[in-house]
Amino acid sequence: MSLISAKGMGVSHGKNHVLKNVTLEIKSGEIVTIVGPNGSGKSTLLRALIGAAKLSEGTLTRKENLRIGYVPQKLHIDQTLPMRVSRFLSLPNKVSNETSRAALAQAGVDNLAQRQMSDLSGGQFQRVLLARALLGNPELLILDEATQGLDQPGSASFYRQIESLRETLGCAVLMVSHELHVVMAASDRVICLNGHVCCEGAPEAVASAPEYRALFGSGTQGALALYRHDHDHHHDHQHDHHDHSHDHEQSEDA
Amino acid sequence: MDFLNSFLVRATLAGLGVALAAAPLGCFVVWRRMAYFGEATAHASILGIALALAFSTSIFGGVLVVALLMGWTVSTLSGRGYAMDTLLGVMAHSALAVGLVAVSFLQGVRIDLMAYLFGDILAVSRIDLTVIWGGAALVMLMLWWRWSALLTATLSPDLAFAAGIEPRREQMVLTIALALVVAVAIKVVGVLLIAALLIIPAAAARPFAQTPERMAFLAAAIGGFSALAGLRAAYIFDTPTGPTIVCVAAACFVLGSLFNLTRSPSSG
Repeated sequence: MSLISAKGMGVSHGKNHVLKNVTLEIKSGEIVTIVGPNGSGKSTLLRALIGAAKLSEGTLTRKENLRIGYVPQKLHIDQTLPMRVSRFLSLPNKVSNETSRAALAQAGVDNLAQRQMSDLSGGQFQRVLLARALLGNPELLILDEATQGLDQPGSASFYRQIESLRETLGCAVLMVSHELHVVMAASDRVICLNGHVCCEGAPEAVASAPEYRALFGSGTQGALALYRHDHDHHHDHQHDHHDHSHDHEQSEDA
Repeated sequence: MDFLNSFLVRATLAGLGVALAAAPLGCFVVWRRMAYFGEATAHASILGIALALAFSTSIFGGVLVVALLMGWTVSTLSGRGYAMDTLLGVMAHSALAVGLVAVSFLQGVRIDLMAYLFGDILAVSRIDLTVIWGGAALVMLMLWWRWSALLTATLSPDLAFAAGIEPRREQMVLTIALALVVAVAIKVVGVLLIAALLIIPAAAARPFAQTPERMAFLAAAIGGFSALAGLRAAYIFDTPTGPTIVCVAAACFVLGSLFNLTRSPSSG
C-alpha cells in the first residue's frame, strides 16, 4: 500500500528550481534512503513531503490521516529557552508520562526524561528527536541526516536502532544521509537525487548505475561492497589499492 | 472607584499592566532572538504618534497600525537577501528618524516629545488605564491560547509543520501581540525603553527557570516588581519614572546573573 506518492513534483526557491519532476512512492514498511550531493534538494524533498515546502508543480498524495514522524536535520534550541526532555516531548500535544517513557526507551534513551535539552550530547539529542518522532505511533518515519555530528559507532548504532524500530513498529522509513555505505546497507531501496531523480532501485543496482557513479565516483561502491559482499570487497580492495599507488606515483611525478 | 482618583494609584496599575503583559511576551522575544525586532517595532511607533497627531486620531490606534505594518514588513522582507539584523537595523532607525522628522512637520500641535520618548506614567488617565489593561489582557490571552503552538514554532518551524502548525501564523500572533504591547507601553516607559521591559525581565528570570512556563511567570513577577519598586524609587529620589523602572529591572538582571555565577562557576 502506498503511504505517500509524488508525481512530477517540483519546488522552487524564487527563480531557483531546487527540485524538478520528482516522482516517487513510499510503500508501508519499507526503508528508503535518499542519497545525493550537497545542494541536490534532499532536505527540500523531505520538507515538501511533510508539507513545509510548497510545490511549484506536480502533485503530492498522502494516505488519508497519514501519521508521519519527522526527525529534522538539526535543531538548535537557544540557551535562553529552558526545556526538559519530558516537556519537549509534550509539545505541541501533551503526552502521558508512560507514552513519553516508552518512546524514550524505544529510542534507547530511557534515563534522560528530566535532563535539560541544552545539556544533552549530540547523540543523545538525536535520539530524543527520534523519540519525539515515535510518539504519534508513525506509519512513516522521516529522518533528515539524523546522524550528522555523530561518530561512526554512534551513527551505526543509530541506524541499527532504526532497523529494529521498523521490525517492532512496522513503520516505513524514509531517510537522507551522507553516510552512503552504512545507510545503503540498511535500505530496501535507494533513490539517488540531484535536483531530479537520477536513478532508483535496490542498493546494489543504484551503486553500479552510471548516474550514481557520475555523482559519487566508484570509490563509494567499494565502501558499500565492504558491507555487502566479501567477494566484491576483495576485488574492490585490490582495485582501490592499485588506484592508490597509481595516484601516488603520479603525485610524485608532478 | 475613588482610589483611581490618585495619580499614583493609576500609575501603579498602568505600570503593572504593561509589565505583566510585556514580560511573558518578552520570553518569546528572547527565545526567538527577536530583541531587535521588538526594538524596531517600538521605534516605528514614533511615526505612528506623528500620524495620529496629524489626523487627530487616537495615539493608541496610530501606534498600533504602524507597529503592525512594521512587523508585517519585516516578516515579509526577511530571508530575501538581507540578514535579519541588518534589515532590522535599517528599519528601526529609519522609522525612528522618519517619525521624528514627521513630528517636526506638525505645526500648531503642541507636542511634548520627551513624554513619548521616555513615557509619562504619572499622567495616565482613567481612559489610558482602560486601554492599557484591555491591551495587556488581550496579549496575555493570546499567549495563553497559543502557548503550545508558539513554543513548538519557536523550537523549530519544521517540527511545527510536521505537527500541523503553521509557523508563519504563530509569527503573526507574536507580531500582533508585540504591536499591542508597544501601543500600550508608550505612555508608561516611552518609545526608547519599551524593548527593555520586554527583554530585561525575561533575561533576569532565565537563571531561575527550568521550564518555559516558569520562566514566563518569573519574568512577569520581575517585571511587576520592577514597575512597583521603580515607581516608588522615582517618587523618593525624584527621578524620571520610566527609566527608573528599567533601572530596577536591570538591577534584578545583575543580581540574577551574579547568583548564577556563584552557583555554577564552571558553566559561566
